[in-house]
Amino acid sequence: MFQYVLKRLFSAIPVLFGISLLLFFMLRMLPGDPAQVLAGQMASLEDIETIRQQLGLHRPVLVQYGLFLGRLVRFDLGRSARTQHPVIQEVWARLPNTILLAVTAIALACLFGIPAGILAAIRPYTWIDYLFTSMALFGISMPVFWLGLMLIILFSVILHWLPAGGTGSWKHLILPSLTLAAFVVAFITRMTRASMIEALSQDYTTTARSKGLKEEVVVIKHALKNAMIPIITVVGLQFGLLLGGAVLTETVFAWPGMGRLIVDSILARDYPVIQGAILIFGLLYILVNLGVDLLYAYLDPRIRYD
Amino acid sequence: MINPWRRFKKNKAALFGSILLLIYLVTALFAPLLYPGNPSAPNLAKALERPSIKEPLGKDELGRSILGRIIYGSRVSLLIAIGVVCVGLFIGVPLGLISGYYGGKVDFGIQRATDTLLAFPGFLLALALVAVLGVGLKNTIISVGISMIPIYIRLVRGCTLSVKEQTYVEAARALGTRDLTILFRHILPNVMAPITIQTSLGMGTAILFAAGLGFLGIGVQPPTPEWGAMLGSGRPYLFHAPHVATFPGMAIFFAVLGFNLSGDGLRDMLDPRFKS
Repeated sequence: MFQYVLKRLFSAIPVLFGISLLLFFMLRMLPGDPAQVLAGQMASLEDIETIRQQLGLHRPVLVQYGLFLGRLVRFDLGRSARTQHPVIQEVWARLPNTILLAVTAIALACLFGIPAGILAAIRPYTWIDYLFTSMALFGISMPVFWLGLMLIILFSVILHWLPAGGTGSWKHLILPSLTLAAFVVAFITRMTRASMIEALSQDYTTTARSKGLKEEVVVIKHALKNAMIPIITVVGLQFGLLLGGAVLTETVFAWPGMGRLIVDSILARDYPVIQGAILIFGLLYILVNLGVDLLYAYLDPRIRYD
Repeated sequence: MINPWRRFKKNKAALFGSILLLIYLVTALFAPLLYPGNPSAPNLAKALERPSIKEPLGKDELGRSILGRIIYGSRVSLLIAIGVVCVGLFIGVPLGLISGYYGGKVDFGIQRATDTLLAFPGFLLALALVAVLGVGLKNTIISVGISMIPIYIRLVRGCTLSVKEQTYVEAARALGTRDLTILFRHILPNVMAPITIQTSLGMGTAILFAAGLGFLGIGVQPPTPEWGAMLGSGRPYLFHAPHVATFPGMAIFFAVLGFNLSGDGLRDMLDPRFKS
């Protein structure tokens, strides 16, 4: 197992290398002088020159890339052009909010999506199946920012039950996490249904039934356990989708997370922060996928990573 | 063997999706006939006017007809959907074919680049690219299009790997047919089914992504009537004029639903597992 973790971590190196290249060339693709871009619109000539010297922008591109990698390894992502605070500080301040939102949304989505998928699978082509699969399709097609606004109109403007945005109490978490959950619940429902239908048609399920086991035991202990791998995969993949969705949801609900930080930084052309936040999102995504791979080994004893 | 077209017609959801798409296409193509006025002409005296018989969807914050802007917005979103999948198709499909057919170092290089792009959730990648390229219709299409490329590469590579082992490909190779001819005349037509399905689903995603960028104010810029941007500009008036943000969202929802239902229907129609 330990060897497998090491192997998976090593396999992430080319991807990390690719991400670093992408981020490095992101600034070079911009029209104009990168030092000017990093310093911001209001910077003096001295500030721009200092940044040029610090980042080695007068050196050959390969040396610049080497220096960039060196800083990246030390998590030195530069300073925000807007606030002049270290980028890593800005990112760390927002990251817990986004993780809280994403984890709550994933939990809500699993809480609804997995039972809905199971019910649809054990009663295929009945009204209950059509109800849940239609809901899933609606969820996939619905713009997350529009759903957020509609929830605000209903629960904040009309009913006055929940706050329309911001943070402070658990009540502030409900609407944004529901919005984000609706975004991914559809995929979880569909995957659960598909893999449960397959598991329920397998020989081991027939054997379990012929042994006279109760239907609940057959479904939960025999079919669901075997259907969990694709479900876990889709949950892991949806985490990435959630990070994308978080950008929009955090904007709708004025939630002070990473997504909003990225949008604010793009609007202010604060490139060091954009680079840093995107790097952290990429790392987070890789880590979640690694976690999903490790869960496979736990859930399926046939998988032994030697 | 059930005729694929009959199978598609029997699928009520797919038919409903096709009807939605047809309405959407007709609206986009005949926009000037459906709304003869200028959808971008402001009329501040009628700002935020509520829906009425004369103006079924009401007016926006600048007194412009929301119905007119949604009708013209269908043209913009159709352009985005077509442009985005073209970027994905024209770059992703050849790369996927080459990667799957040649294998080896070429495959390794293309796949690692694909891994890098896939390390970012699609919308975030589009967002990062917009940050570099800048706002506007053209850059929205390029950014969202690039975020679609790795999906096409992976899909086409996977299909190519199995198709290239078929006897007809081996026969073509044995006859001394050039690689380019084998790729585009023998392999490509046989991987068209998954590409068609992905294109239909991808158009829905493209509309969603572009609307998301427009909503954030970094996509298509006003006064161009883009649904996401319309929704974003209606946000400040949510409390006293909710209609401004409601109707553009519904337009996005039905267009994406149309593409998704049709994509699902196409999958049922073209997937070999459903043929017998």
